Amino acid sequence: MMTPALAAATARVAAHRGAAFRQRTASLIGFTALVLLAAWIGEVDLAKLARGIPMIGDYLWRTVPSLRADHLADDFHDWFWGLREWVILLGDTLLIAYVGTVFGAAFALLLSFPAATTLASARIVWPVRRMLEAARTVPTLVFALLFVFAFGLGPLAGVLAIALHTGGALGKLFAEIHENADPRQIEAIRAAGGTWAESCRFGVLPQSLPGMLSLGLLRFEINVREASVLGLVGAGGIGEELYLAVRQFEYTDISAILLLIMATIVALDSLSGFLRRRVIGVL
Amino acid sequence: MNRAIWLLCAGFLALGLWRVDASPQRLWDGLAKLGWLISLMWPPSFGGVLPQLLAALAETVAMAFLGTLIASVLAIPLAACGARNVARFWPLRFAARRFSDSLRGIDTLIWALVFVSAVGMGPFAGILAIAVPDIGVLARTASESLEAADRRPREAIVAAGAGPVLALRWGLMPQVLPEYLAQVLYLFESNTRSATILGVVGAGGIGLALTDRMRINHWDEVAGIVLLILVVVAAIDTLSRRIRMRLIRA
Repeated sequence: MMTPALAAATARVAAHRGAAFRQRTASLIGFTALVLLAAWIGEVDLAKLARGIPMIGDYLWRTVPSLRADHLADDFHDWFWGLREWVILLGDTLLIAYVGTVFGAAFALLLSFPAATTLASARIVWPVRRMLEAARTVPTLVFALLFVFAFGLGPLAGVLAIALHTGGALGKLFAEIHENADPRQIEAIRAAGGTWAESCRFGVLPQSLPGMLSLGLLRFEINVREASVLGLVGAGGIGEELYLAVRQFEYTDISAILLLIMATIVALDSLSGFLRRRVIGVL
Repeated sequence: MNRAIWLLCAGFLALGLWRVDASPQRLWDGLAKLGWLISLMWPPSFGGVLPQLLAALAETVAMAFLGTLIASVLAIPLAACGARNVARFWPLRFAARRFSDSLRGIDTLIWALVFVSAVGMGPFAGILAIAVPDIGVLARTASESLEAADRRPREAIVAAGAGPVLALRWGLMPQVLPEYLAQVLYLFESNTRSATILGVVGAGGIGLALTDRMRINHWDEVAGIVLLILVVVAAIDTLSRRIRMRLIRA
């Protein structure tokens, strides 16, 4: 026997379920439409996809070198024939990333104090933040293209591109760390007669330093990845050699260089993870 | 000890500056030329081909969207194989983790270069180039959140007689899904940025137009295109941040 109250409650539950179902169906249809629209704009052609997959497989298969068990050393030597030059170029890539990160971090450090709302007035914070935003929104590669025109071919353009983009990215993050610093230490220095610059140096910086170092290391990892492609536009590093290998269809060279890049990045990531955990003590 | 570390860092810096040939003379000349290029950029223009540029931008966003979508689907099985509480067989876990590490280690642009030479120029190569490294990124974060998930719901489902697939679907997935979707959206934002430059190697999108204008020295149009990119990236960021906030709160 169903009381009127129970009947009403059941009806409400049914209505709620109906509404939830309708909403889910509507969002599913909307999402499917979005996928189809994107597929149409992106010229995704299923026939081309079907033809493409064996082509990718074939391409990847060609990059596998012939290694025979009885001539393993010789075959490795043939595969990594350019090892000496590649290692030098990888070293250059690391140096580009390192110098770019250092200068970018210095640029970020200078601008992070006027970009922190707790340290500067709103009139100063706004333009500095917009500047940092512009520097980090333009991709590194676009800066690199521009700098190759201005500074000529070579790693200098790459270093400057990485420094500018890093400055924008780290500047914002550093400013956020400064904003979280304990204000009492800043007040103490101001009360003792310190200038604004001294309060930043002795009040904020000691508190922010561990976090900043950790973010800087993280950025260095990202920048090594970015530096590995700068060679594609003539801005130095291993990318140039990779670009040549791909363009000239030197299949086994492609796999050799890619493996070297992967090994470097994996090694570096674990080293930097270790440094971040052990030396600095914060994640 | 501390002084040794500082000396080492300074030494690397000096070595780097020497290797990149950063003489003050070269910097000064370059800055002068850069100033001249920037003066050529004013006023930004669209060269009378705004509709074509907008179409290229739409293509860029579509590439990022489809690439992220493909990666988000393909990363799930790989994530499951890499999670300690799902894959008990450690060699499988090890292989899955190293595989996703190596996908992740190579930049999108290098994948684009490879795929352009494998399947030809066009946005299709760009979609693949975006999807492949993201499979690695998503598989790693998802397997970490699977490992951090509460095991009790899963045990309840196993106790009720479910097999391993059903236990994964109903015991673990509901816990990690909101976080996973937020991560996917975040990658979509970052992919929109990467997709803008894939055209440099011929993988579709606005990047091709950008490098073309640079090659023929139409710097006012370069500035116009960069402004368009900034507007689109900002719009996508805002949209995706709103959705992420809703996902995390839900």
